[in-house]
Amino acid sequence: MLRLPRFSYHAPRSIDDAVKLRAQYGNDAMFVAGGTDLYPNMKRRQVEPKVLIGLNALDELRGISNGDGVTIRAGATLAQISSSPILQSEYSALAVAAHLVSTPQLRAMGTLGGNLCLDTRCNYYDQEFWWRKALGFCMKKDGDVCMVAPGSPRCWAVSSTDCAPVVMALDGRVRLVSPRGERVIAASELYRDDGMLYLGKESDELLTEIILPPADGTKSVYLKLRRRDAFDFPILGVAAALRFAPNGEIETARIVLGGVGSRPLECVEAARVLVGQKLSREAIDAAAEAAWKPARPLDNTDSTHSYRKKMARVYVARALEELAA
Amino acid sequence: MMKQVLHLRVNEQAHELYVEPHKTLLEVLREDLNLTGTKHGCELGECGACTVLVDGTPILACLALPVALQGREITTVEGLAHGAELHPLQRAFAELNAAQCGYCTAGMLLSAKALLDREQHPTRDQIRAALAGNLCRCTGYEKILDAVERASNQ
Repeated sequence: MLRLPRFSYHAPRSIDDAVKLRAQYGNDAMFVAGGTDLYPNMKRRQVEPKVLIGLNALDELRGISNGDGVTIRAGATLAQISSSPILQSEYSALAVAAHLVSTPQLRAMGTLGGNLCLDTRCNYYDQEFWWRKALGFCMKKDGDVCMVAPGSPRCWAVSSTDCAPVVMALDGRVRLVSPRGERVIAASELYRDDGMLYLGKESDELLTEIILPPADGTKSVYLKLRRRDAFDFPILGVAAALRFAPNGEIETARIVLGGVGSRPLECVEAARVLVGQKLSREAIDAAAEAAWKPARPLDNTDSTHSYRKKMARVYVARALEELAA
Repeated sequence: MMKQVLHLRVNEQAHELYVEPHKTLLEVLREDLNLTGTKHGCELGECGACTVLVDGTPILACLALPVALQGREITTVEGLAHGAELHPLQRAFAELNAAQCGYCTAGMLLSAKALLDREQHPTRDQIRAALAGNLCRCTGYEKILDAVERASNQ
């Protein structure tokens, strides 16, 4: 039977208290919201915090508010994101992405903040302790080599969050709170190209809000590739957001791929190809070609990496076709 | 780690328990409250066998901490029947042989109950979507979908 390792549990009453507790216990402590990513990882001994700071009881982390754009508190559940009328109508890709995460049970528990901070995944890492011990531990936990690329000095675990590519495509920002104060950074700055240190925030910073700019007519879409229509993490995610001028020309474009590297991959060249064009068949194919090139999936998730690479072009084209329709 | 006093409401009954904080709701239900209807499956959130309701919403007991659920109403499969009278879903599952080995049944029943409580006459697709988080290795799902449909018409 898989049991959680022992820990002490704290339920702070405010963001301020949560951050203070984290400072008090240092790196022995971790924040936990829904627990749907952390608890399986703890059961497999991939992470072993001695102290958990539970965020469930914090009213400050709940809710979605509409004003100059939209502000989503990090503790909003994925079920709330997917059923939010404002997100469904103006930021539809985010509502769709949240709805495509795992299963109804996990969407009721898991939060947007948690999905954005989702641990990177790898076939050699997301295994029970005895499995990893039998094969030899990898560098992400307890070992010093990468099982996917044994000569590599770095970890290649894969960014597997559905929502991060969308928040980046929507030009979102995130608010981080720590004992040193708070700061707001672009969602793209929240990620690093490193399977181990995959977050571009300090470990004592709490993600409290996701801020999306006014939609201003931007149309967005998210497509997800996986073996089963439920449960599975993305082995490829495509988020695309376009804003059109009245004459049909594309004014701004962002395409971000998930599941193809240790961080969401912003396809700058594909966006550049689209801006100033109408969304014609030729423009779609040119953008899909540009987006496909930098995607370098490795052989460490479900399905083969060559198939996932090929599908990056197909899915980018399909995403843009949806926006053209 | 120290045991803590917990106040849990399960199937409309209040319980005061003395447990360590790292025990999951699944472990506390089965080991401390002797409610063994909720099943251990994968224990990692990948099967749905341990599904219970919290304030009417299906969640996974294997990934929930009781310490964070104090004051909420928890419903397990033991809370479905009223005395000897089965819930319409239980009756339909029995009549249509929607359980084979039975291991997924408790979770299926609770996901289905949450659906019927918010949608009296769901479509087949709505039933599929509501049960998407519950795996069954025996039935091929058709009889389970039939049973939920039958219960929704009663």
